[in-house]
Amino acid sequence: MLRHGPRFLLSRASAASMGWRRQFATDLPAETAGDSKFVEAWKKVIPNIDPPKTPSAYMAPRPPTPSTIPSKLTVNLVLPYSSILSGKEVDMVIVPATTGHMGVLPGHVATIAELKPGILSVHEGNDVSKYFLSGGFAFVHANSVADIIAIEATPVDQIDPNLVQKGLAEFQQKLNSASTDVEKAEAQIGVDVHSALNAALTG
Amino acid sequence: MAMAALRRDGRRIAAPLITPHPINPLRSSLASSDREHTLLGVRSISTQVVRNRMKSVRNIQKITKAMKMVAASKLRAIQTKAENSCGLWQPFTALLGDTPSVDVKKNVIVTISSDKGLCGGINSTSVKISRGLHKLNAGPEKECKYVILGEKAKAQLVRDSKKDIELAFTELQKNPLNYTQVAVLADDILKNVEYDALRIVFNKFQSVVAFVPTTSTVLSPEVVEREAEAGGKLGELDSYEIEGGETKSEVLQNLTEFQFSCVMFNAMLENACSEQGARMSAMDSSSRNAGDMLDRLTLTYNRTRQASITTELIEIISGASALEG
Repeated sequence: MLRHGPRFLLSRASAASMGWRRQFATDLPAETAGDSKFVEAWKKVIPNIDPPKTPSAYMAPRPPTPSTIPSKLTVNLVLPYSSILSGKEVDMVIVPATTGHMGVLPGHVATIAELKPGILSVHEGNDVSKYFLSGGFAFVHANSVADIIAIEATPVDQIDPNLVQKGLAEFQQKLNSASTDVEKAEAQIGVDVHSALNAALTG
Repeated sequence: MAMAALRRDGRRIAAPLITPHPINPLRSSLASSDREHTLLGVRSISTQVVRNRMKSVRNIQKITKAMKMVAASKLRAIQTKAENSCGLWQPFTALLGDTPSVDVKKNVIVTISSDKGLCGGINSTSVKISRGLHKLNAGPEKECKYVILGEKAKAQLVRDSKKDIELAFTELQKNPLNYTQVAVLADDILKNVEYDALRIVFNKFQSVVAFVPTTSTVLSPEVVEREAEAGGKLGELDSYEIEGGETKSEVLQNLTEFQFSCVMFNAMLENACSEQGARMSAMDSSSRNAGDMLDRLTLTYNRTRQASITTELIEIISGASALEG
């Protein structure tokens, strides 16, 4: 029984190492220039400890800017709690920027847009899916990849119109009766979000 | 053969075999060991002591097993959250790049650690990396401050870097982590600390037994503009059009704050996962150690018990044979 011991341990160890490992830990892309500078500087000052890894080690590198305009736009919609869309190929997205609704097509110029609460519509062929966003940022990169980062996003059909009306009335009342600047600002934000919700439901 | 065994046991117990009082052979050996402990001192004191040790080691084993189960269930809950949030920091790194080697005057190191102990070496690793970053970024005209989240890192860093600690937050895990709480925390930090670069140090959760110390860098808007002008990774930033807000700097300011809160959220979740995973493996190895100890103690206990039985038998038999002969 003791002779079988090492073989058993070996098979267990290899099973454990193969079994449950996350994707990005092992398929590391080549270290970028900034990283190697950091690693060298670290090794000079603190030779005994391994340098810490940096986020770019955990990310798959983004595709480079193609020479011709691609036919589809790749969209990533992420929230703190989940990634609703990741790497989805669509025809167009309309994002609610603070300066108004902005349509993004493949080949759009690189943009950083601040978002206000409003509707994000994703067009793919004949399907349109609408999400109500609470606000955030949208990055459009030159390689036709759009990253939309919001705090909350709900599909429009999950919003209850009665609660929206109630909330709107409540916040408008608060705005009228607000005394301090902080209260006024909070009530104003509530009114803005609820009117945007209202517009989303009707529009 | 019996005498040889007796001599062996005698040496192990290290007690005089010849007792001043005759022992009543009818009493059980365990009771006799108790009595002898009080009357004679040394003979079978070991069985009682060994029994007490066994009881305490068994209790510790039960406790560590229970802690492992608790850590496993907490890990499952928080791991799904961490995996869901892993897409949150990627757009920022894709846009602004990753610049850990940036050279700025005011560095702030945000160290994330746990409040509770018994979680292996992850807190010490974070503190070692923080100290390393501090050393790396020290120099003339440069200052480096700490913002500490979690009791354990505070205890370690207060010992030698007390004057460099700006803020310390504890008891962050009383309620389950959510983005609103982290946003408020990030706001607090940004308001109270002057920074050119924020370096967040945490343990990234790779698997239940592997945790990788990681550092993410968030630059202040002025430094972002400076690096964009200087070229390099952020050089493409100028090619991006800015929509919304009055000026580019205003949007950059909002962007930096948003980036900090998102990166912090992910970092805190990953560190919490690492903490539970480390605690699981620490408690697992401690239960196994307790089990080994218990085996060894059981052997010692049985040997001692058998030795005292043998001693009694020998005495009875030699007493009987003395009476006969």
